[in-house]
Amino acid sequence: MPEEDLKPLLSTLARLAPEGRAALLPALHAAQAMYGYISERVAQAVAQALGVPLADVYGVIEFYSMFYDRPVGRSILRICTDAACQLRGSEKALDEACQRYGVVEGQMSADGEWTVERAPCLGLCNRAPAVNLGLPPQYIGEPEQHVFAPRSYAYGLRDPEGGAAADHIAGNPRLITVLCNGVKAASLETYISAGGMRAVHKWIGERRSPAELISEIKASGLVGMGGAAFPTGIKWEGAANAVGETKFLVINADESEPGTFKDRVLLEGDPCRVLEGAMLGAYAIGAHKIYCYMRGEYSLAIGRVNDAIGQLREAGYLGKNIVGSDYSLDVEIRAGAGAYICGEETALFESIEGKRGFPRIKPPFPTTHGLFGQPTVINNVETLAKVPLILSDGVAAFRSLGTEKSPGTKLFCLSGDVIQPGLYEVPFGVTLRHLLFDLAGGVEGGELQAVLLGGAAGAFATAQHLDVRLSFEDLRAAGLPLGSGVVMVFNQQRSMGSVMASLARFFAHESCGKCYPCQMGTQRQYEILQRVAAGRSQPGDAERLQDVGWTMTDSSLCGLGQTAASAVLSALRLWPELVAQ
Amino acid sequence: MEDSQPRMIHLVIDGQPVDVNEGATLLDAARQAGKEVPTICYHDHCTANGLCRMCVVEVEGARLLSPACVAQAAEGMTVHTRTARVERSRRTILEMLASSVDLSDAPEIQGLMALYSADAQRFPDASRRSHPVIDDNPMYIRDYSKCVLCWRCVQVCAEDAQYTFALNFSKRGYETSIATFYDKGMMETSCVFCGQCVGVCPTGALKPKRQWLLETGMGAEDVLSQTRSKARRKRRSEHTPGND
Ligand SMILES: Cc1cc2nc3c(=O)[nH]c(=O)nc-3n(C[C@H](O)[C@H](O)[C@H](O)COP(=O)(O)O)c2cc1C
Ligand code: SF4
Ligand code: SF4
Ligand code: FES
Ligand code: FES
Repeated sequence: MPEEDLKPLLSTLARLAPEGRAALLPALHAAQAMYGYISERVAQAVAQALGVPLADVYGVIEFYSMFYDRPVGRSILRICTDAACQLRGSEKALDEACQRYGVVEGQMSADGEWTVERAPCLGLCNRAPAVNLGLPPQYIGEPEQHVFAPRSYAYGLRDPEGGAAADHIAGNPRLITVLCNGVKAASLETYISAGGMRAVHKWIGERRSPAELISEIKASGLVGMGGAAFPTGIKWEGAANAVGETKFLVINADESEPGTFKDRVLLEGDPCRVLEGAMLGAYAIGAHKIYCYMRGEYSLAIGRVNDAIGQLREAGYLGKNIVGSDYSLDVEIRAGAGAYICGEETALFESIEGKRGFPRIKPPFPTTHGLFGQPTVINNVETLAKVPLILSDGVAAFRSLGTEKSPGTKLFCLSGDVIQPGLYEVPFGVTLRHLLFDLAGGVEGGELQAVLLGGAAGAFATAQHLDVRLSFEDLRAAGLPLGSGVVMVFNQQRSMGSVMASLARFFAHESCGKCYPCQMGTQRQYEILQRVAAGRSQPGDAERLQDVGWTMTDSSLCGLGQTAASAVLSALRLWPELVAQ
Repeated sequence: MEDSQPRMIHLVIDGQPVDVNEGATLLDAARQAGKEVPTICYHDHCTANGLCRMCVVEVEGARLLSPACVAQAAEGMTVHTRTARVERSRRTILEMLASSVDLSDAPEIQGLMALYSADAQRFPDASRRSHPVIDDNPMYIRDYSKCVLCWRCVQVCAEDAQYTFALNFSKRGYETSIATFYDKGMMETSCVFCGQCVGVCPTGALKPKRQWLLETGMGAEDVLSQTRSKARRKRRSEHTPGND
């Protein structure tokens, strides 16, 4: 193999060097884009420039699935084979793609143009089977979409507007998705004429008290939409009161929970709204820097957020002394590189710091010891999208929708066997029946068998739960999670054994490997469910799944392992006959 | 009175009151109370990362089990070290370990398996982590089929002791293994052959070359030729550069 010309890399590295190890992921992304993969020589240059030990650089390359230590095709076709896509022929799409390029899964085509990969959920579950195209910067070829089912299109193409490329967005009232049309991003100008940026003027422009801002957020009852439902105001107050020279606000846009695509739709449709929410949060805690950590596969969203940041800077909303105040603030985008675990807040910090995405032991919590050890607020995209509304129209208006304990609206991601998959914004407290039948047209291909609520880390509901109201309190009473708003539908024809196996494969693929219960438990769970799906369950498997499942739930280090058996254990309660006793 | 000693923490472990210094872990407290809490990854001289979770205990009022080696003792805690929930986790972790890794050189873990009635055959058809033995230097061999991923070798090679940074990880999840830069042989890395990693390895995954050769039945003469000469040459050329 000819030696790469290191010159272009070295000039990038010279620019990144002052950041040291924290620039490792950006440097590896740059190297990957320049040379198509990261050779030993390239890795050595990166290590040297950033002052990171060689073995550590290798450890990072090996952790993230979008970094390659050997040559891959100039374009990488990633085909999701997780639950929602499996229902819509993803295995066949994968086979066809492999045949077309004359490769096996994971291999490069003879002309070096293509690599075809099996991928975990790509956040395109509403357009299953999902295909993500990782293109070299100079790509000008034709879309390769016709090998796939009509609904799907290859995400990542230059100009994906219109037709099958559009996300279906519906519901009523549409407060935070009002400008999302599934095709184009709303510009800053559009956002402002729709009432955006008022809260920034009102609170930051007039330099109103951060403490007062935080008490508004507390009064609104806003809680986190990333899955844990932690009260946002209390989190902000914690970081505001924490002692620390530098504080950070982090936007968690790593969205990778199977069945979830809401954050992508928000960021692709109305990035300024999310950024305005983040700016207000940063102001509230006294941060001058926002990191927006975005899932690496979300190339379109990354581009649009980048454009939005440019517009905000241009208009004086970011940079020095914003909106006429003496407060300065900026935003940096960080792209992830293919690791679900980096959505976990402390693993995400490690990733920004240039390390493998290993979650940290908590306590201490991010509000006191977060990014670079400093007080940090990390919020989900949807959480932040709600902040401008609360701070411009007031708490009473926000609370006029939803329930007492779950105020406002909620985004639900509908996928699987549903007539109209898409993103639905509805007030908290509507029933599952209303969402699924009135809004999304009902079940496709037969009677309802089950709904997976909350994602792979969630639980199954059945027809008996259709009248449960979708609020935190009602779902909790019914023993169901809201999680990240996933509603994945399965008709009577579906084999729930295969569904469980595909959820288990996801966790086995995405476990970071740090703690034993999850590192080995996700693998053992997957092995057992593979034989269950194949109708070869062995005596004792039910008890094995219980032991492995409860050990992961009780003893794992982070939320991934703690919920990796949640859907499986709920399925065992509903369909015990699937597994041999 | 009590008030004059503000830095003492009072807790109850398995019904027995214990007073510990502030900052003590539940493992410290349990040891002080004479309670046996099993550990695999923990080492007194390495950073505790809470990896193996063998040390989990049940703290009243907590949703999850707590890893005793990293969880701090707090005032008024009531701790149980051997509930059914605790035993289920410990036994299952041991059974999963036995189905993944070659534990033949890890007598301590075998002892725990007996203590917790763990069944080494619990998981039929489990894919084991097997790797060929790496024999790439005169000082020690690496047999990662026996590695339990306790991270000790990585840590002593880095900030816990040596600051040499020759070791890290490859892959992730179940497939994780300890690795050098692009899987190079130890002689090509920053390794200074201090042997600290071998000293802390709990399972025989890292083993002095001499011991390994003797175990394979090799005679003294051959052992000598395979462990001495190359090492000396390397050392000489390192310490007196340009002296060849
Ligand atoms: C394995 C794992 C993955 C996660 N992924 C995400 C994610 O992609 N996006 C997100 O917002 N939160 C994710 N979370 C939750 C975050 O750790 C964190 O709770 C959240 O970002 C806080 O924001 P919120 O309070 O606004 O919800 C994940 C948690 C775990 C355990
Ligand atoms: S629970 Fe899983 S993902 Fe979380 S630290 Fe443990 S191994 Fe890693
Ligand atoms: S080689 Fe030994 S010390 Fe290193 S991680 Fe494996 S078991 Fe632990
Ligand atoms: S994109 Fe396939 S399941 Fe989400
Ligand atoms: S000894 Fe506590 S986690 Fe290993």
